[in-house]
Amino acid sequence: MADRSSPWSLGGALRGMFAKPTIDETTWDDLEDAMITADFGPAVTEEVLEHLHAQVRRYNTTDPVDLKRMLRETLEERLARLNPTLTLSARPAVVLVVGVNGVGKTTTIGKFSRFLVGHGRTVIVGAADTFRAAAVDQLATWAERGGAAIQRPQQEGQDPASVAYQTIERAQREGIDIVLIDTAGRLQTKSGLMDELAKVRRVIEKQTEIAEVLLVLDATTGQNGLAQAEAFIQHAGVTGLVITKLDGSAKGGFVIAVQEKTGIPIKLIGQGERIGDLTGFTPHVFVSQLIG
Amino acid sequence: MATFGNLTDRLADTFKNLRGKGKLTPADIDGTVREIRRALLDADVSLDVVKAFTATVRDRALGGEVSQALNPAQQVVQIVNEELIQILGGEARRIQFAKTAPTVIMLAGLQGAGKTTLAGKLAKWLAKDNHTPLLVAADLQRPNAVTQLQVVGQQAGVQVFAPEPGNGVGDPVRVARDAVKFARDKQYDVVIVDTAGRLGVDAELMKQASNIRKAIDPDEVLFVIDAMIGQDAVATAKAFQAGVDFTGVVLSKLDGDARGGAALSVASVTGRPILFASTGESLDAFEPFYPDRMASRILDLGDILTLIEQAQQHFDEEETRKVAEKLATSTFTLEDFLSQMQQLKNMGSIKNMLGMLPGAKGMREQLENFDESEITRTEAIIQSMTLQERRQPKVLNGSRRVRIARGSGTTVTEVNALVNRFDQAAKMMKTVAKGGVPQVPGMGPIPGAGFSGGRGKVQQKKKGSKSGNPAKRATENAALAAGASANPTGAGFGLGGRTGTDAPSEEELASLQKFLGR
Repeated sequence: MADRSSPWSLGGALRGMFAKPTIDETTWDDLEDAMITADFGPAVTEEVLEHLHAQVRRYNTTDPVDLKRMLRETLEERLARLNPTLTLSARPAVVLVVGVNGVGKTTTIGKFSRFLVGHGRTVIVGAADTFRAAAVDQLATWAERGGAAIQRPQQEGQDPASVAYQTIERAQREGIDIVLIDTAGRLQTKSGLMDELAKVRRVIEKQTEIAEVLLVLDATTGQNGLAQAEAFIQHAGVTGLVITKLDGSAKGGFVIAVQEKTGIPIKLIGQGERIGDLTGFTPHVFVSQLIG
Repeated sequence: MATFGNLTDRLADTFKNLRGKGKLTPADIDGTVREIRRALLDADVSLDVVKAFTATVRDRALGGEVSQALNPAQQVVQIVNEELIQILGGEARRIQFAKTAPTVIMLAGLQGAGKTTLAGKLAKWLAKDNHTPLLVAADLQRPNAVTQLQVVGQQAGVQVFAPEPGNGVGDPVRVARDAVKFARDKQYDVVIVDTAGRLGVDAELMKQASNIRKAIDPDEVLFVIDAMIGQDAVATAKAFQAGVDFTGVVLSKLDGDARGGAALSVASVTGRPILFASTGESLDAFEPFYPDRMASRILDLGDILTLIEQAQQHFDEEETRKVAEKLATSTFTLEDFLSQMQQLKNMGSIKNMLGMLPGAKGMREQLENFDESEITRTEAIIQSMTLQERRQPKVLNGSRRVRIARGSGTTVTEVNALVNRFDQAAKMMKTVAKGGVPQVPGMGPIPGAGFSGGRGKVQQKKKGSKSGNPAKRATENAALAAGASANPTGAGFGLGGRTGTDAPSEEELASLQKFLGR
């Protein structure tokens, strides 16, 4: 596996291969291994390698340093094709946060509200995860840390769409800038739950436009990330991706495949459990950290 | 995973060029191994494991096992399947209880792996087995994890030990130690310690986990891992093995459509068995782990065995035998059909069942379109018939059909469609029951479909008499896939006949899967 000291990096795996004087067969094999280990998936790995092969032939180089630069450029170019800017200009700007179970939706909302409050916006979070035990309390704790108001469900097991409705209503009444709606985690194969999500969306749309629908993906996820993205795009109309848990040893290479197959840009990345550990997505920084 | 074909399909493509060749060359096998490698990587099996694995498969395939085979693709799949099962642990292990109570079980894993939910499921499962479990809230990190465990404990009807409020307050090591003492005093016989989620690279938190382990000396340390995890599974598993030295693994979120290659990686790299699988959000969605079923899942062969087991539980053997007899002697009537369908309904949601079939993931859309109320409507139509009409559909003339349509709240067209379908199906089933292979419109010739022609055919004939069941199920799905009106007829028949024979062999599974993949 990759470098231990700087966990979120292919650096360790790549260092050996780029330290060699020339590019040979083992370089390619090592590169392929490194990419697969980083969850890029066989398809993207193959494409990138093919592209690099062609480049190396074209520029007639044998220097691994060139190869490293080409790899960086290729990945960066592929990641930078889409615009990672969040559009939150509407008032109130409604952001719906969706994802499978345990990817860090609630945590992301906590961090995001802190980020927004830090930029002088007023924020309210809607606890539309009325399913999981104590999810509302978890969100309340995060909201408090982030300095946001919270709209709780009025009764146990209330319809998530109605919580969302009340939250937006309150935002409109009190003139709050940004509304973040937390939803219950759901596996993309549960069609009933996916329909529920579609309903939440429909209900919100009757009140106001939805500014962003953020799909939270766990960096440790493997090739299933693509299936998740496709299902959520279909049912919730996702407009941006949030990649969480990038502070672990997982590299989240699958995001390239997700971003390309779906055309949905990565907008935020989460890298820790503290409230400040959420940043915007910059392809250059992401790739630099990945390749080292 | 709908984007990727299943392994047998890919192998079939690889073998397509080999038509007429009597023997496989090492080069052919290399091509095959490459496909297997790719399939395993798509299923998120870790690269190191894939490498070792494909080497073994290659050796076995070169060892002459394949060149003797009737259908090389299936043989290779079988080798792969056997090897997978072996790595996954052959026999499933159960929880080892301590000689003197309480048995202490500690849960560990990444954030969001599903530890707290699993704690509840495990407790409920143990309580059902006449144990008296105690849940311990030692996750003092995540906001309101303690509250969540309390709610879960309440749902499971199990006592929760939570002296600390959590949210960063309190010492989990002390909580765990106190809990064991508390359990001993109050005579709880199993203690389940829920710990905070932590990353494998977080040295400080790993140290804390290891301290908890030292303090309570658990009989089992279960590592909970998300079935959707990718290549990082190995690094994480190794880190946890070094940190807390877990004794068993629990696979969570298996109800998604991840193929769960991580299970293979973790079992292979750590040598620790997988004890349980967690398969849904309700506290009952928890089952012992079956290596063979997991192997099929990784290969996308579908969970046929679970499906068959469910069918066997719910189908009346005697009834089924009678129906099979009637089919053979062509005295099968709409009345029998009705009772078949009612049995089918007992099994639960048809969508769920179809979802378990191999390759069915690719048909998600068709599954979505499958209208379960169609069955209710069909039932209504048959129930609106007189006994005579049910027994001799021939007597159904125009005015009778109008009456039936009115009585069941449907249209004459629907009644006609049902009668036609019944006729066709009865004919088909008769052929199958006699050992033939039915011709299904829109499906083309079945034998050897996709595989190198001649070989497949020979094999299909040989096992023709047995192949009735999978073919029937295949028929139903093919009809569904072909967009034919969602057709409960096939389902009723297909499932009805199946319990008559034993579980399908490996080869049948493979060929069945082939049909379904279409």
